[in-house]
Parts: sequence; structure tokens; C-alpha cells
Amino acid sequence: MLDVSGLSKAFGGLRAVDDVSLTVDEGSLVSLIGPNGAGKTTLFALLTGFHKPDAGAVSFLGKDITGHTPERIAAAGMVRTFQIVQPFAGQTVLENIAVGAHLHLPLRSDALDRAREVSEQVGLDKRLDQDAASLTVAGRKRLEVAKALATVPKLLLLDEVMAGLNPSEIRDVLPMIRRIRDAGVTILLIEHVMQAVMTLSEKSWVLNQGRLIAEGSPDEISQDPAVIEAYLGPGMAARLAARNASAAGGPDA
Amino acid sequence: MKQLVFLLVLFAAIAIAPFVIESDFWLNAVIMTLYAALLGQSWNILGGYGGQFSFGHAAFFGTGAYTIAVLQVNFGINPWIGLVFGGALGALVATIIGALVFRYGLRGSYFALVTLAFAEVLRILSNTVDFTGAGVGILIPLDRTIANLQFETKAGFFWLIWALALAVFLVVWWLGHSRFGARLMAVRDNEEAARALGVDAFRVKLGAMALSGLFTGLAGCFYAQYFLYLDPGIAYGPAVSVESLLVPIIGGMGTLFGPLLGAIALTGVAELSREFFGDAQGISLVLYGLLLVLMVLFMPRGLAGLGRLSARRLLARGAPS
Repeated sequence: MLDVSGLSKAFGGLRAVDDVSLTVDEGSLVSLIGPNGAGKTTLFALLTGFHKPDAGAVSFLGKDITGHTPERIAAAGMVRTFQIVQPFAGQTVLENIAVGAHLHLPLRSDALDRAREVSEQVGLDKRLDQDAASLTVAGRKRLEVAKALATVPKLLLLDEVMAGLNPSEIRDVLPMIRRIRDAGVTILLIEHVMQAVMTLSEKSWVLNQGRLIAEGSPDEISQDPAVIEAYLGPGMAARLAARNASAAGGPDA
Repeated sequence: MKQLVFLLVLFAAIAIAPFVIESDFWLNAVIMTLYAALLGQSWNILGGYGGQFSFGHAAFFGTGAYTIAVLQVNFGINPWIGLVFGGALGALVATIIGALVFRYGLRGSYFALVTLAFAEVLRILSNTVDFTGAGVGILIPLDRTIANLQFETKAGFFWLIWALALAVFLVVWWLGHSRFGARLMAVRDNEEAARALGVDAFRVKLGAMALSGLFTGLAGCFYAQYFLYLDPGIAYGPAVSVESLLVPIIGGMGTLFGPLLGAIALTGVAELSREFFGDAQGISLVLYGLLLVLMVLFMPRGLAGLGRLSARRLLARGAPS
């Protein structure tokens, strides 16, 4: 569904995204992880047209979309959310979601109906008339998903929808994301909350300093020495392995 | 729907004016209020609903005014046709300026400055070329017949401005109930987020620019036919730009009825200043400036915001607690 090959972007001397290639299959729920500043959000911005790549190509549903504008890519069916939530402050929750719904629905009444449906899917149906700016952090994250979902995307890019939520809020969001996937939307998510990545995603890519350093199932990745070192520092993988080995060897360690 | 009914009832009530008001002074006051409401509502489309604060609406106003005047004086073209061209050219100038400005991503104060600059350029141009009468101005010959878009009585002009004002108010009502309006407000509140949801921000802003230019151009046409005289300072001077943004700022930006409230307040202030200070040039502008500062400081939502606030208070008091 989404094919990325050799995508690169540099800001001045910093190679924010460096020769990244990956493929997302239709109907999957996959994730992109990596330490702070690894280039995850920049990669999202490249995929959705907010930045123009220096090199490489993005193809979506078999068509090349490299360098297209964000609105064109959204219309084609790939829609992102923002890590730093971007509500239309001063407008109600319903009006916010309706902006997304209007992408394929020219009539106001149709868009409002669609917005109400989506609000139920994400659990905002009790807050439709509330000012979007008055929502809690968890509510704003839900609104961010709802706006994107209202456009009826084929591929949804979720940028840290769980960051800043407390554990019980995260427990509520996990089934919501799974339901969206089960309704037929392919999902690529960026996440810091490892619990979410481990329970939700079927496959992960690990980005570090702009480069992909590993890919595989969450279990495989959590064992990968390169990933451990990226997160915990050089030499950590060897030390952990030694400790595990000695723990297995006996109590004398 | 309720809003639309209220709007229509309101304009029906205003339509009684020429039948009950006998003095030309008061009918003129109503006409000037509707004219200010037309100007302000036009600005409100772009500034209040689109978040693009233009400081140069005179560019569209003057273009409309000069179009209708030059066409009939220099080319003998009927002013009814001139009215159509005046509106269209106002929209065209707005679209061209918008395309240039938005293409290079100018926003906020940069947008305000560039629009101001365009209006000034047009003022200087109209001061130098011959067909606008240059600095001498252009005088539309008096010929009070309907076919000539001039009227024997003030009532005739009242109907013209009433119809134009109603049209722009209906368009703004439509903004609140349409995809275009929803997209425009989304771009105003967060352009990036709107684009991520598939909104073509450039086209939406250009559309708002064209609509705003169209009605501002029509306001210019009305002015030309009502006063029958134009010079570069009247048509393209900053006074019109200031008036068109003051009306919605005082009344309430981004609201349907705000510009009407603002027009009433501003016309009132203008009349009062004439009463107390006579025709001392510029005093009303000083008062406008003072009013603007006070509004921004104490009532950033304008008079309409005040109304909403007190309605909410009444509701809160009425509700069982």
C-alpha cells in the first residue's frame, strides 16, 4: 500500500532522515519507534507532503506521490495526525471533526452526520458542543484521531497519540486504535509508549539518527542489540547479555 | 436556520425605513449605516472568517468605484453594466493580489502591509494616469433616472444599498453553513492542520479574497453613484481601508451580525463627531483610532461578543442551579 524507497532529508548539516525504505501492507497495524530526535516525525512530514524530500520516492496505492502537496495526499487517502495536537481552537468538537468529514462530503448536513458517527467511534460523542480548546490532553488526542478518521482515510499515520496520557487513559485508547484497524483502516503509528507498541503492532521499524536500524516483530526488536544500544547507549547490549548469561549460569554472579 | 430567519426578519424590518422615515437626514443615516455594514461585512469574509487581516481594502473599493465611473464618463457605458464590471474587477484585483501574496506564504502583519502597499500603489497610479482624471478626480454627470443608476429620492439609493447589504449578509450566513466556510475557518484557526485534512488552503484563501473583493468593489460602485465624485484619495485612500476593518472589529469579527452592530456604532460616532467638532478634517479618524484601541483592550470579541456574553449570563441566571 505504501512504498518508501531511499527517502532522505537533511536540514543544514543534520541528516534528519537518511535513506529510509519501508513497505506498509494493506490492513496492517505497524509502528515506527526510535529515541527522541531519531527523525520519526520528519519521516511522517515527508510522507504526507509537509516537507519535500531531498532524495528517494514515496508511492501510495501504486502511484508516485513524492513531492505532492499535503492536501493532495490527504485526498488520496493518507492522513496524518500531529504529535503536538492542532485543534481548530474556538470551534466546537463537532465543527472540528466536520472539517475532516468535508474532504469527500460537500454537503454540510452529510459532514455533520459523519462527524457524529466518528465522535462515537473515538468516544467524544458527549463533548460535541464543547469548545475544542477546552478538552483535556486525552480529549485533544482523541479529537486529533477523530478529525483524521472523518476523512475516511485508507492509511492513517498516528503521531504519538498516547504521549502525555496516564496509564488508564492509555488502556482506553488501545482498543480504540484496534477498532479503527478492524474497520479496515491501515495504520502506521509513531509511539514512545512501549506498552502500546508491544500490544498493538504487528511489525515495527526502529529509526535512529535518521536511519533504519532494525525491523521485525516487537519481540524480535526488543532483543535486537542495535536497538538496545540506540536506546540505552553503546555497550549496553553486551552488558545486558552478560548479565542475563550469568543470571542463567547460577547465583554466584 | 434560526439565524437565517432572524437575518431575513431584520432586513425586512430595515426595509420599512423609507416608508416611515420622512427626513432625508435620517434616511441618509440609514443608508450610510447599511453602506458601512456592506464594507465591513466584505472585510469580515476575509478577515473575520479567513483570518487574513487586510489593511488595503481600498484597493478593491477604488477599483469598483473607478470602474463604474470611468466606464460611464469615458465610454458611455450604462452604470448598471458598470456595476457588474465594478464588482468583477474588485474581485479580480483581490484575486491577483491574493495569488501573489499567498503564493509566497505571507501571513499576519506581512499580509496587512502588502495589501496596504497595493492600495497605495493604485492610489498613486490613479493620481497620474489620465483616464481616471488624475488628481482632479472624476465627476459623474448628474442625471437622476433609474436607467442611469441614479435616483430622484434617497429611497431609491436606500433600495440599492439594502439589496447589496442583504446579498453580502446572505453570503456570510452561507459561510457558516457550507463546506467552503468550514474550510475557511479551519484555515484561519490552523492552516497546517487544515491542509493535513485535505483542505487546499491556497484556493480557500483565494476564494475568500475574491468574495471580499467582489462586495468591496460593489460598495465602491455604490459610493460613486451616490456621491457622483471620485478622486484618488477618496477611492484608494486609507480611510476606506480603515473603515472596512473597524466595522467588524468593533462589531465582532467572524460573526454574522457583528458588522451590522459595528456599522451602527461607527456611523453613530461619525455623526456625533460631526455634531461636536464640525467638519474638522480628521477628527473622526482620531476617534476611530481611540475606539479601536479601546475595543482591542476591553472588548476583543466586539459588540457581538458582548451580546453573547450577556445572553449566556441570562441563561445561567435562568437555569436552576
